[in-house]
Amino acid sequence: MSAIRDLAVQGMQMALVLLLAPLLTGFVRKVKARLLRRQGPPLIQPYRDLLRLLHKEAVVAVNASWLFRAVPYLVFAATWVAAALVPTFATGLLFSWSADLIAIVALLGSARFFLALAGMDIGTSFGGIGSSREAMIASLAEPAMMMVIFSLALIAGSTQLSAIAAYMLSLQEGLRVTLGLALIALVMVAIAENARIPVDNPATHLELTMVHEAMVLEYSGRHLALIELAASLKLLLYVSLIGCLFVPWGLAPVEGTVPDYIFGILAYAAKLFAGGLALGIFEISIAKMRVFRVPAFLGAALMLGLLGALLRFVSGSF
Amino acid sequence: MGVTFALAGIAVLLGLALPAIALARVKTGTPILYGIALLASLGLLAAGAISLLGGVESETVLPLGLPWVGAHFRIDALSAAFLVIVNLGAAGASLYAIGYGSHEHWPARVLPFYPAFLAGMNLVVLSADAFSFLLSWEFMSLASWALVMAHHRDPENRRAGYVYILMASFGTLALLLAFGLLAGPDGHYDFATMRAMSPAPLLATFVLVLTLIGTGSKAGLVPLHVWLPLAHPAAPSHISALMSGVMTKVAVYAFIRIVFDLSGPPDWWWGLAVLAAGAGTAVMGVLYALFENDLKRVFAYSTIENVGIIFVGLGLALAFEANNFGAAAALALSAALFHAFNHMLFKSVLFFGAGAVLNATGERNMERMGGLIHRMPGTAFAVLTACAAISALPPLNGFASEWMIFQAILLSPELPQWGLKVLVPAGGALLALAAALAAACFIRVFGVCFLGRPRTPAAGAAKETDVFSRAAMFAFAGLCLIAGILPGLAVDAISPVTQLLLSARLPIQAAIPSLTFVPIAAERSSYNGLLVFLFIAASASIAAFGIHLLASKAIRRGPAWDCGFPNAAPITQYSAGSFAQPIRRVFGTLLFRARERVTMPPPGSMVPARIDVEMRDLVWDYVYAPIAGIVGTIAERMNVLQFLTIRRYLTFVFLALVLLLVVVAI
Amino acid sequence: MGLAFDIAHMLAGGLVLVSFMMIYQDRLPALINTFTLQAILLSASVAWQANLQSAPELYVTAMIALLFKGMIIPISLRRMIVRLGIHREIENVVGIGVTMLFGMGLVALSMVVMLRVTAMADPLAREDLAFALSVILLGLLMMVTRRNAVGQVIGFMSLENGLILAATGAKGMPLVVEISVAFSVLIAFIVIGIFLFRIRERFDTVDVRALDRFRGDRR
Repeated sequence: MSAIRDLAVQGMQMALVLLLAPLLTGFVRKVKARLLRRQGPPLIQPYRDLLRLLHKEAVVAVNASWLFRAVPYLVFAATWVAAALVPTFATGLLFSWSADLIAIVALLGSARFFLALAGMDIGTSFGGIGSSREAMIASLAEPAMMMVIFSLALIAGSTQLSAIAAYMLSLQEGLRVTLGLALIALVMVAIAENARIPVDNPATHLELTMVHEAMVLEYSGRHLALIELAASLKLLLYVSLIGCLFVPWGLAPVEGTVPDYIFGILAYAAKLFAGGLALGIFEISIAKMRVFRVPAFLGAALMLGLLGALLRFVSGSF
Repeated sequence: MGVTFALAGIAVLLGLALPAIALARVKTGTPILYGIALLASLGLLAAGAISLLGGVESETVLPLGLPWVGAHFRIDALSAAFLVIVNLGAAGASLYAIGYGSHEHWPARVLPFYPAFLAGMNLVVLSADAFSFLLSWEFMSLASWALVMAHHRDPENRRAGYVYILMASFGTLALLLAFGLLAGPDGHYDFATMRAMSPAPLLATFVLVLTLIGTGSKAGLVPLHVWLPLAHPAAPSHISALMSGVMTKVAVYAFIRIVFDLSGPPDWWWGLAVLAAGAGTAVMGVLYALFENDLKRVFAYSTIENVGIIFVGLGLALAFEANNFGAAAALALSAALFHAFNHMLFKSVLFFGAGAVLNATGERNMERMGGLIHRMPGTAFAVLTACAAISALPPLNGFASEWMIFQAILLSPELPQWGLKVLVPAGGALLALAAALAAACFIRVFGVCFLGRPRTPAAGAAKETDVFSRAAMFAFAGLCLIAGILPGLAVDAISPVTQLLLSARLPIQAAIPSLTFVPIAAERSSYNGLLVFLFIAASASIAAFGIHLLASKAIRRGPAWDCGFPNAAPITQYSAGSFAQPIRRVFGTLLFRARERVTMPPPGSMVPARIDVEMRDLVWDYVYAPIAGIVGTIAERMNVLQFLTIRRYLTFVFLALVLLLVVVAI
Repeated sequence: MGLAFDIAHMLAGGLVLVSFMMIYQDRLPALINTFTLQAILLSASVAWQANLQSAPELYVTAMIALLFKGMIIPISLRRMIVRLGIHREIENVVGIGVTMLFGMGLVALSMVVMLRVTAMADPLAREDLAFALSVILLGLLMMVTRRNAVGQVIGFMSLENGLILAATGAKGMPLVVEISVAFSVLIAFIVIGIFLFRIRERFDTVDVRALDRFRGDRR
């Protein structure tokens, strides 16, 4: 019985993240548009975009290799598996013991690895720009993320995401300086990884200074649909991660009942709403940085993460 | 019993060396020699595996060498583990060389030394007394030096050989002194006696420093690494694979043997020194790799980075052992050994791929390759797997060993010493930085060499390599995947080593359900590589199947979009140097004094713009150039001694005699 | 321990964080805003200490810090830089990345020193002292790595903030001392302002490198 319930919860989580990801992207766009006194596209526009792209014929360059055609599926699969392991409405997911937080971050890293390779596959200069800048950003964002994971693991005594969420939920730790530093560093890394302003502009397709859009410039049709869906999933993953680590109230406990889960889903929807709103307001109020200011930005995140971990090493009460 | 069998295998290898000169003249001689070497390596691999898994130790003393010592040879758990690593690498290289060796222009310069090199490495791992150890060590160095000098007409190779023999001799000197200190004033050279008498703390410190210098120079710790990127690329590709993948591990074996086994209980700051050396080496190695254009040199620098990671694990193990945290020390040591095994696997594939590309295109410079995935699909697939493995991507093996090292770092707040409390998190940050930069490096390598469009006609006309080379590459790539999916089995195999050296081991992984890997405790962390792999495969298949069924699966080929301005010239695509430019701007300005100078022509002029990039190797400038300068100055001054009169020579002899008599008197 | 402890830590840690943010800024108006934030956090931290230690005179200290360093000084600095016309970039001596690395090392150093030296004292006070020493060292680092005189002045005042944090953490600082400290800061500020104007009148710039050149140094 409990095995069936756990399986159902895990399956629901996988379906939920897939269904909610485009909605979150649409919501952020709507918030930004409204703040700029525009109507903005409807909330379900990303769904319509995906359906339209899925039914279109994929046009692929003459010299594209099998890697180019396989990468969208790999990227989507890796991101979906990672997103399915981040607790959204319930902790104690069935397969949470198979990949801890380090493995989740590494899965996102492998998605990025293959996307960067796809950027270099056709042999155009735009793809190269995107891939090389993505490599530079990743070379600083990944260590910063690692330091955040260290700080959290040192506080919670585990790298297993469900265990960390359960620990935070039990409120055994109060406000901790390390948690504050980890939160700020995680938000900075999330902005960089999801290609949001001020690091990258997700809205335009013709900017020479863009990073993510330049890598996927040659993709069309169902391939582009999968990559866009993977990008939305990644945004959802990071918002869920911040939610389950720093705002864990509302997560259904391990042996939950159906009302617990319903409450969990409502709480999760509220967290997504708040996160999307905050992201939209933040993107509107700040300008995009020069590409070579991004290392300073991410270096700051790395330093903050390192400071958090160092404080935790030095004294248990930090 | 096991030792005798292993020694017999080594004798076969040594016996191959002389007939090799005759075999080199015959066209089929090369595959025959490599085939026999392959069989011998497989036999030695079996001996090592049986000893490791069966937990059997055996020893023998041969009446060779010094009369009052003899030559002791012993297989214990540590030797068995490294026998497996060495001979698996050797088997792969021999299989590869059966196909690759036919492209060799001067087989007589390569064939005799190859089995000698393999024999030397195996002898080092089996030696159980200082004399045979040092003899085998020098034999291994000389055989590999001869292989580096195989193509000696190229002045770069000559310089590589010169620097190599210099650094190798320096390293052997350091090891000689270390063994001398361990042997004590009575001259007990065999390891069993050394193990029984622990040296005094001050002596043990000197032994650590000398061992770090001696084995570090062979393994490639910064700043003793300068010979590695010169020598490893100069040798033929299967030898490069052996030198990078296997010989550096033999150096790691020597370090573990001396510091963990023979030196007695460690001090806490030993771990600090080794950890700092490892972390610095890892970051510097991968940064050097990012700024190189020669494919084999990139791989050599990447070896330096991975050796740094291994030494981080060893440093952590020393720190834990000094504070008596046995389980944590076992985790760190297992992580280091597992990473040594993994690195041998994927670095071999990379060098095999480089050799295949070199044969197919005649190029080693990345800027002259491109689009090889279309011409050499099998090689490209194997090299892609190795690039993903070395970048620590799940579910492959590089991720599993780096994950273990991170788990070990997360156990270290319990260490009481302040120096460790501050430097271990910094080391962890540097390790994470090195891992991220390694991913960037291998995106660059694979993207510039295999993807894109061919930059030269030679790259456009490349042909796939022969069956044996591909078989070796695919076999090792498959092993990378298996080791990544089943890390628990590998760790179980390594646990006799930690039991021997640290008297502690990780929990038995075979007993944990559904093949999950739990290094410490289930509540702390666990990883199931198989499940991750299956999940990714299932999700990708569901997506592909669902979309092809329900939506569209039409595909059409057309010209590249490139924002509407496609350019047919392949020079417009990103090159290796341009890929590294953002990282060079971030990391290179301080550590390499990287400066870019752009000369723009005045408006209206048709002269092309120029960009000049200047980088300096600070290690060479600040460590080696002054030493070479001092040595040169002293040599010049002492040159006067060549031109003295007979009376002055006699004065010298007289003074030397008087000095020796004074020493004896005192 | 509990929540009170944690809030004190958060405020002190926030001060260290804002010091790092000041190192990260390279434009003057943003630097002044960050300094204002630091002053506000300082007054909040002193007020919380007043609450914890039940020492009402510390509330006055907090008010003074908020008034002078949070309002008067930033407003007059902003007006001064508008009149001087320097809204341009601050050139640091070394890049931001290296400065932040040094900052990390200084924080680690102050942690190690403070926590080792005061092994016997009250835990809350020890750790607050460690944070305060970090803020002091980071303020010094700012003074050393800025070229612009205004940036150096702000570094000096951030160093002051660290001293005040240390003093309030150590349980008991008489009001008289605080008033005299505040006055001396104000007077130093006025003097520096006057000198800045006279320097600018004379030499047309407040860039420290130019001042070095005019002093007759040969580089």
